[in-house]
Amino acid sequence: MPLASLHRVLKLTLTLVVLVASWEALCRLLQIPAFLIPAPSQVALRLYDKHDLYFMHTWITIYETTAGFFLAVAFGIASAAIIVVIPRLRDVVMPLLLVAQLVPKVAVAPLLLIWFGYGLFPKIIIAFLVAFFPIVVNSASGLASVQPELLDLGSSLQASRWQTFWKFRVPSALPEIFSGMKIAVTLAIIGAIIGEFVGGNRGLGYLIIVANQELDTALAFAAIFLLSAVGIVLYALIEMFERILIPWHAPSGPLTTGGRML
Amino acid sequence: MRARAAIEIADLRKTYAIADCEIPALDGVSFRIEPGEFVSVLGPSGCGKTTVLRIVAGLTVKTSGSVEVDGVPVTGPQRKIGLVFQVPALMKWRTALENVLLPAEILGLDRAASRVRAQELLELVGLSEFASRYPRELSGGMQQRVAIARALAHDPAILLLDEPFSALDMMTRNQLNIELLRIWSERQKTSLLVTHSIPEAIFLSDRIVVLGPRPARILDVVTVSLPRPRDPSVRVSLSFMQIVDRIGRLVGLEYI
Repeated sequence: MPLASLHRVLKLTLTLVVLVASWEALCRLLQIPAFLIPAPSQVALRLYDKHDLYFMHTWITIYETTAGFFLAVAFGIASAAIIVVIPRLRDVVMPLLLVAQLVPKVAVAPLLLIWFGYGLFPKIIIAFLVAFFPIVVNSASGLASVQPELLDLGSSLQASRWQTFWKFRVPSALPEIFSGMKIAVTLAIIGAIIGEFVGGNRGLGYLIIVANQELDTALAFAAIFLLSAVGIVLYALIEMFERILIPWHAPSGPLTTGGRML
Repeated sequence: MRARAAIEIADLRKTYAIADCEIPALDGVSFRIEPGEFVSVLGPSGCGKTTVLRIVAGLTVKTSGSVEVDGVPVTGPQRKIGLVFQVPALMKWRTALENVLLPAEILGLDRAASRVRAQELLELVGLSEFASRYPRELSGGMQQRVAIARALAHDPAILLLDEPFSALDMMTRNQLNIELLRIWSERQKTSLLVTHSIPEAIFLSDRIVVLGPRPARILDVVTVSLPRPRDPSVRVSLSFMQIVDRIGRLVGLEYI
């Protein structure tokens, strides 16, 4: 590991340690009741207690999130490709997509329960629905962002549509597709949780509902902690694939388009 | 009967329709380029000289007139043309060598033979050591050399260069002028260069088509009678300066 990134990891770890330590200290000093804000040690204990159970719930949420996410990636990129390659369809598809995006997914969740029952499927659908839009928008903008000179070069060589698509459009679009996926994966988790809130008996969202009903705030915190951990791991995985798949794309900073956060 | 021209343009007109306005870009342009000849189209910015090149390349549709390449009327894009743009337009995700291989891939040429050829072309543009580098690892001038190698990759009969060096700094530009002259003398491709640099046009060309401001008409076709092979030092010779002055006066600039 290069010295700079080691330094970065150290800095981050130290910040986290200080934060957790001051949280613990404040809880003890001010004697805050555990049902209001539990100390980190209580949350950790709660996590350790029934870790088998939590592992199962976490796994369910990961499953729903990734399933919804991959569906969104598959359908999102395909829709973007259709929009870009067949411009005549754009005028119809784009407004439809926008309307679909403007429907609040939280409002749709109870309906999905009626249609698809209490299983994992409606959760996957909601995760898919919220993750879909950023992928379509980013992929479409990526696929359309080919340098015009490259397209000229392609037509001068009489490249087929297929060649133009695979040799020019797809590689040009990859950085933007990845930024879309990064946004989408964080949304997919929210989608899965919304699904679990509305109905079901498994998953971290369900666990949070149960904890709330029982005023078991430490459990709720434990579930939230696990959720965040899932989110960070999934996000990190996408950044890892980004690094492997598009090494030529060197983002200039974490806040620029396609920049990497981790 | 004259021998068949490599490019023959007669009374070429182009009008762009923007909103309800018809904007004339080319107003009756005629000239011909002999096989193996290097001709420049020179004119002020935005005069429509790039339009001439794009019509020859079959990328832009003419309004009227006739354009023939090798005696065949141009109706669309044609593979006997190699293109170099103002920007290198390299694929960031490919190495220099892979960029040069692109035309062969699209045309479905033999892989092994194209590889050998691409290597040779990188050597021709002086980049054989950079074959496996990515564009971002190359300077602007180097990237443009890769673009020149790529334009030659499918051995086109004609090379069309659209202000290829105007985005580069003066020193790199001079260097690449010398390189292009050398490449041209080694390959003898019929070349059409669009530029707004008078010295660049004179140094490289056999003849210079001087266009006036939009809508473009030909002001004059200047024959550059400097002997070949040309040494870079020709650019400070008296005869060179006289041509600079003559073209400068044509386009309304006073040089002397």
